[in-house]
Amino acid sequence: MTKTENNRAWFLVLPVLILVAMNAIIPLMTVVNYSVQETFGDNLFFWSGTSNYVAVLTSERFIHALLRQFAFTGIILLIEIPLGVAIALAMPRSGVWSSVCLVLMALPLLIPWNVVGAMWNIFALPDIGLLGWGLNSLGFNYNYTNQPVSAWFTIVLMDVWHWTSLVVLLAFAGLRSIDEAYYRAAKIDGASRWAVFRYIQLPKMRQVLIIAVLLRFIDSFMIYTEPFVLTGGGPGNATTLLSIDLVKAALGEFNLGIAAAMSIIYFLMTLLVCWLFYTLMTQRDARENAS
Amino acid sequence: MLELLEVEKRSGGAVHLADISLRLLPGTLNVLLGPTLSGKTSLMRIMAGLDRPSSGRILADDMDVTGVPVQQRDVAMVYQQFINYPAMTVFENIASPMRIARKPKAEIEGTVERVADLLKLTPYLRRMPLQLSGGQQQRTALARALAKNARLVLLDEPLANLDYKLREELRAELPKIFAASGAIFVYATAEPEEALLLGGNTATLSQGRVTQFGPTVDVYRRPNTLITARIFADPPLNVMAVEKRGAAFAPVEGGGRQIPVPPAYEGLADGPYHIAIRPHHVTLATTDGAASLPATVIVTEITGSESFVHLKTLGENWVLLAHGIHDLPPGRPVEIHLPLRHIMVFDADGASVDVGAVRKAA
Amino acid sequence: MAEITLDGIRHAYGPVRGPDDYALKTLDHVWTDGGAFALLGPSGCGKTTLLNIISGLITPTEGRILFDGKDVTLLPPEARNIAQVFQFPVVYDTMTVAENLAFPLKNRGVKKADVRARVATILEMLDLAALADRKAASLTADLKQKISLGRGMVRENVAAILFDEPLTVIDPHLKWQLRSQLKRLHREFGHTMVYVTHDQTEALTFADTVVVMVEGEVVQVGTPEELFERPRHTFVGYFIGSPGMNVFPVRLDGATAHLDGETIDLPAAASAPPSARTELGIRPEFVTLGETGIPFTITRVDDVGRERIVHGEIAGRPASAIVPEEGEVPAMPRATFRPDRINLYADDWRIEFSS
Repeated sequence: MTKTENNRAWFLVLPVLILVAMNAIIPLMTVVNYSVQETFGDNLFFWSGTSNYVAVLTSERFIHALLRQFAFTGIILLIEIPLGVAIALAMPRSGVWSSVCLVLMALPLLIPWNVVGAMWNIFALPDIGLLGWGLNSLGFNYNYTNQPVSAWFTIVLMDVWHWTSLVVLLAFAGLRSIDEAYYRAAKIDGASRWAVFRYIQLPKMRQVLIIAVLLRFIDSFMIYTEPFVLTGGGPGNATTLLSIDLVKAALGEFNLGIAAAMSIIYFLMTLLVCWLFYTLMTQRDARENAS
Repeated sequence: MLELLEVEKRSGGAVHLADISLRLLPGTLNVLLGPTLSGKTSLMRIMAGLDRPSSGRILADDMDVTGVPVQQRDVAMVYQQFINYPAMTVFENIASPMRIARKPKAEIEGTVERVADLLKLTPYLRRMPLQLSGGQQQRTALARALAKNARLVLLDEPLANLDYKLREELRAELPKIFAASGAIFVYATAEPEEALLLGGNTATLSQGRVTQFGPTVDVYRRPNTLITARIFADPPLNVMAVEKRGAAFAPVEGGGRQIPVPPAYEGLADGPYHIAIRPHHVTLATTDGAASLPATVIVTEITGSESFVHLKTLGENWVLLAHGIHDLPPGRPVEIHLPLRHIMVFDADGASVDVGAVRKAA
Repeated sequence: MAEITLDGIRHAYGPVRGPDDYALKTLDHVWTDGGAFALLGPSGCGKTTLLNIISGLITPTEGRILFDGKDVTLLPPEARNIAQVFQFPVVYDTMTVAENLAFPLKNRGVKKADVRARVATILEMLDLAALADRKAASLTADLKQKISLGRGMVRENVAAILFDEPLTVIDPHLKWQLRSQLKRLHREFGHTMVYVTHDQTEALTFADTVVVMVEGEVVQVGTPEELFERPRHTFVGYFIGSPGMNVFPVRLDGATAHLDGETIDLPAAASAPPSARTELGIRPEFVTLGETGIPFTITRVDDVGRERIVHGEIAGRPASAIVPEEGEVPAMPRATFRPDRINLYADDWRIEFSS
């Protein structure tokens, strides 16, 4: 009885499996296939075993791109999560203004990514862009096209502008779920603003913040369009993040095997980090509820 | 007829329902009585077809409907929260299940009128649900469930969110309303008093198992286990562990006190037992044929017409319910009396001792 | 612990155009130090508004509120030194039980050693000592309510503890335990306690003094006994008791009441203003069904275990009587009323017998 039930259940998830296979598994397999071969064009492939992986993992270029990527992801998480939470806390919790704030917050999320890149490209130009011109008028030596620091400043600022809203919306949803009685009780208990945040708001927001961190982590690891449009990975390789490096290797240099090996490594890393993060957080939850 | 055969529900490692077999007949009211998390809601969800049992079968009129989803089941539900369509009038709310079933206009109007009359909603038919009081909103939800004319109507603690007095009012009306329909009603509640007022049949639930199922008054008066007796008691049942020696029960923490074995239980084998007595049967004044025990008052609650005296007697926490006002101060030693005919006896495992079997053996 | 004085309190949520716009009508009352009080009434009667005025969440439109003679009308909740237990348990999920109890003290800068000693005392009082190091999130609703209560009691000088329907989400069996424990704590520690509920059993068993409210107005303040035996208003008669008091329209004539051709002997003469609507009230507990008296038509008998509630009609008006568990219910009964338990009403307000 139990067995037949299970079989039927498998049958029901078949369409999803087929879809996932078409979307994820088959392309992934193709990439795996490329990553263990060498090609010089003309659709001629040679078996090369793990040589591509070894080459990638020992290449300074990849290591540097990876470090840049971690730096970028780290910086934007450190800015966007606290900033998003702070904005959510400052927003009115109900009424007309609450809706107005929500709409304003959602706006950056609605703009296509390449448009964001193009906008900031112009906005930050040192001669005619408002940001670039303004910073230079204030006495800063700012030019994102030839100074690595300026370039980093610009892509980080752009990402923060584009994606903090997402954190705000998620954090706000978490805040809204807190019953008014909690705030009243805290008042009566003489809790400070910080204590209310630490013991009521943060615990209730934690679940959604985990999701926010995960989403921002994955997204920032995949970031391509905006920096590509803005800086093209330059000046030099200063803003060449993993995905830009990958595309350079694959399409710029037609190093398919190397690029495929990079993709696989890249994919496994994201997966690993997400998994680690997720299990750590959920285990902590389970432990807390059980204790 | 709705029949559940050895229904079980597990998820993860937890067993939510175990070994549930019930037969519910058309035109009956069936109360599921048990505390929070005893499985009432899980069982209702399975009856409705919202969930699938992990094993076991469900038969509706002898047809296996185990895997059939709720949409195809001919079921109506009423929840603890007042769930109505906020943008529809009360009339449209009540009519909604018939509109979905594409019933003719005249039939819809007739049914709404009849059901609204039954639930005293006629003056409010043109109002919006949120303009009504909680009681009227829940009446609307009930009316919609009745208008659907489903063969199975499930009510999950429908009065729990209402004021005490509104609850009293609806409780008095519900049996009449149920009697006017031929459907199977299943009504979940945590309150013994509600079960008694509704009548019908009662299934007591504890930790996902049905401990007893039968006519409500029978279950109340002749619980088959200590667990059932405890579930079906408000104020809580008074229980004491005793050892039977000859013609008397000696309380385990007794200090030499003895309770004569009630006549109905004469011939019972010696050994460990539990005796139980309901709070309103314990008295402060002596009566004929009663055993007495020493007790100390913990606290007294007075309602104006009755007194609930919380006591410590031979290591057990007991409650005594007396008519009138008995303002006994905490710490006061009192003598309490247990009329023998009201004492229930359960064996060491908590199973009720069968009086008939005891007589035969004797 | 404090005496609470309500001095001409009135409250309206919106603009006031007439007396009907007040959600809470004029209220003057003194709650003595260390008393147990209940605010009892149906939803929308203004009891929660009154509780919020006491706690400081609402500033009343008119009037003053005093704690021990000190005007606190304009003080916010945190400055009033009160504690509150809410309808749904409020605990700090990430803290342990002991940390929850220590929280109000820590916030007020109490010394560590004192906090520890006080928390230990409260844990003992509430039988929570065994759970001191458990995370509060993992506990059941009744234990969480105990923690909320403990957070209020942990402050030694708390002026009053307010309860806003605290047993709503508690199972019947645990309600009995929590209620009696609360009563015991009140007896032992003598806090001023104010308990808001719609449940008569909770109000009557908890309080020494019950304030019955309806439509923003206080209709009676009294002990449970007074509310039961001498309801000042027919609403109190209906609202207290289960089922409520029977009320019949009668014509008064000295020491006799005429009910639809039948006569009822009163314990003494009584008179009402000539234009007033006069009614007789008798609780079902004091209606005896037998072979003499006024004809009683039975419509339904509810067996609630320890007694039977007989519903029916007297002179075409709904009536009920309570018959003990082992008493007889005659098939064609007549009803008699216990004379000393009869109450008379003129336009819904109780009138005294002239003795």
